[in-house]
Amino acid sequence: MSTDALLSVRGIGVRFGDVEVLSGVDLDIRPGEIHGLIGENGAGKSTLGKVLGGYYRATSGKITVSGQLQSSWDTPAALANGVAIMHQELQLVPALTVAQNVFLGLEENFNGILRGTEAARLETLMQQSGLRLDPNARTSSLTIAEQQKIEILRALARQSRVIVMDEPTASLSKSEIDQLHRIMRNLRDEGRSVIYVTHFLNDILEVTDRITVLRNGEKVHTRDTAGETRETLVSAMLGGEKMDTLYPPKNRDHGEVVLSVRDLISPNGTQVDRLEIRAGEIVGLAGLVGAGRSEIARAIIGADPSTGTVEVAGRVLTRRSIADATEAGIVMVPEDRRGQGLVMSLPVRANISLPHLRALSSGGVMAKARERALALGLIKQLDVRPAIIDGDVSNYSGGNQQKVLIGKWLAGDPRVLILDEPSRGVDVGARETIHREIGRLAGQGVAILVISSEIEEVLGLATRVFLVDRGRLVDEIDPDRVSEAQVLAALFNHQGMGDAAE
Amino acid sequence: MTRAKTLHFLQNYAVLILIALLVAALTLLSDSFLTGRNLLNILNQNAPLAIMASAMTLVIIVGGFDLSVGAIFAMGSVTSAWLAVNVNPFLGLALAPFVGLALGYANGIAITALRVHSFLATIATALIFKGIAVALSDGRLISARIDDFTWLGRGKFLGVFNSVWVMVLFALVLTFLLTRTTFGRKLFAVGGNEEAAILSGIRTNRVKIAAFAIAGFAAGLASIITTSRVALGQATAGDGMELQAIAAVILGGTSIYGGQGAVWRSLAGVFLLALVNNGFNILGIDPFFRDLTMGLIILAAVGISALGQRR
Repeated sequence: MSTDALLSVRGIGVRFGDVEVLSGVDLDIRPGEIHGLIGENGAGKSTLGKVLGGYYRATSGKITVSGQLQSSWDTPAALANGVAIMHQELQLVPALTVAQNVFLGLEENFNGILRGTEAARLETLMQQSGLRLDPNARTSSLTIAEQQKIEILRALARQSRVIVMDEPTASLSKSEIDQLHRIMRNLRDEGRSVIYVTHFLNDILEVTDRITVLRNGEKVHTRDTAGETRETLVSAMLGGEKMDTLYPPKNRDHGEVVLSVRDLISPNGTQVDRLEIRAGEIVGLAGLVGAGRSEIARAIIGADPSTGTVEVAGRVLTRRSIADATEAGIVMVPEDRRGQGLVMSLPVRANISLPHLRALSSGGVMAKARERALALGLIKQLDVRPAIIDGDVSNYSGGNQQKVLIGKWLAGDPRVLILDEPSRGVDVGARETIHREIGRLAGQGVAILVISSEIEEVLGLATRVFLVDRGRLVDEIDPDRVSEAQVLAALFNHQGMGDAAE
Repeated sequence: MTRAKTLHFLQNYAVLILIALLVAALTLLSDSFLTGRNLLNILNQNAPLAIMASAMTLVIIVGGFDLSVGAIFAMGSVTSAWLAVNVNPFLGLALAPFVGLALGYANGIAITALRVHSFLATIATALIFKGIAVALSDGRLISARIDDFTWLGRGKFLGVFNSVWVMVLFALVLTFLLTRTTFGRKLFAVGGNEEAAILSGIRTNRVKIAAFAIAGFAAGLASIITTSRVALGQATAGDGMELQAIAAVILGGTSIYGGQGAVWRSLAGVFLLALVNNGFNILGIDPFFRDLTMGLIILAAVGISALGQRR
């Protein structure tokens, strides 16, 4: 154990419900270093960053600051020990000014009456740090990059020695990124440490001193940046050997084109010129987090407004609402189970029947027996446990909730099924059941679009895979001829080309 | 597990248990409480509020609040009495609920088209409706002492007040809507998770508009009972009833966050408050303590059910 570490953790583990997100992570942050955290989607880099910043609580492990073991570690404790975190979604009060946000909770007062010295204090702070902003500007009128500066100033105002930055460049332009990197170097030269969580390899190679690579919630290694390249990082992120998950045999007997998308453009960046899926075919979309995969799916089913044509079995959808998409037989299993998928206050039965109320009723009155029969059939087919028709879905495990969510969409015999992250946060058993069902549906002639941050899952299920970058389908690959490492390298390359083009 | 189950049972049926305790206590304390006459009077007096609370249940389940039902009640009172005096008593009775329906529909349109929270939108529409009611009645009472008008609020059918029949029928219809129809299922889904409902192909705006329209209809229906009983239309009728209705719904155990609830709960909430009131009257206790006691009971009941909610 290095004694010179400013912040060090030993054996950090984090569980969300029954899913282990991090386990046994050791890490030392030295004073005056920029330390990169990198890993594949879902490897746990962001979680680790949040644990270090006190935002998530570790389920196990120890945290020491300057050799002092911390008995509890939450945001106030972290701040008191000079550790600040800058979230991906910035945590500022939009209606307050820059100066008020920087000194929020640190206002000078006389018996509770504000003395209004924030602007003057900010002036000194800005002179020391070289960061410039108008102290009296309203926060909501600033760009993301400027708001990030507020967060950094805020950390400096609290005399932070370690600043965790969680994906800070996600919505910055190239010049803003360069500026942020300059700020990071300045902070380092003052003897502060920056923990830089990102999935942009170029950025991390450019600015960090050391890099820690995570894979499947475990630390692979920490090394000096000087000896690393894109290739070494990618291979460390993927690991030498991968656990072999069994995927169902691929159906190669494809019928007519069922889903045909042309010139689909949505305001949030989707731009798909052409996408066709045949009956019985599974097409995959692979891309990095934030590449706009889900947005493509949402545009197709009409959850977000878009222009272009979507044709299902030769019929052009005209109204472009979800209700019409559902009627035409095109459905989506959304990625966010709790937020978009299930109604937690309703039992399993009612969740499954929700999109099919018309078919399960006569004259607006629910046909209870038919509804129960349908739910029971799907519970058995998908092996939902506990197998109770009126079970309280909010108490189910992630895997079984996911099975209910998928079951909900199978009930209507869809022609096109879009699955967004079908196995996120589920256990191995549920994952296999879900994959088996996807394979079975393809065998029955359903056209399927699978979106996943796990490249391996997309390759294992699909017969055709598109790489997605900034809302576009940039490349088509044959999943049987390409390895996961090649796909990941290709994705990073596209990302690099995008950067250069700006 | 049995202790947890007992606790769950207590929380789930807190309002019924409180009613049972109160009935037992009042029966012991007074001879005049447990008489058919007294009980029937309680039902009769509270029928309008019970009708409004029943419909408010739907609005709260779908995730909204309707603060305008008191004002719709006032509109119903004024229009029914005016029509009764100037046009036809039966027309006054028949039309007022549909005036309420139209106003409730307008509420729904305002909420979904402007995308404002129903709490805010109905504060505004309440002022508008109230203003119209005052303007229509010219700020005066409209006396409607006409037998063809007062039969609804004063008459009986099979020995029971007409108002009680209307209330029971209305509550049964709403219960059926809520528990047996696709519309009811959609109400629960929209209130429980609107995003999931949208992604399930449910036109959530229509569902919300319908819930507010029903609440408006109920306020109109409640208003003709009261107006015909007192034979008086006035723009101040219904003042504060929106808050009483909401309190009764929450007291009954319907979730204030939406997605959960039942019509019978709201009826129980109304009658729990009514029993407290009645107890003060027949025991001759200083009414000074009445509001205090009611406030404490509401706080206790809401606190008990909050313990059981995980959100």
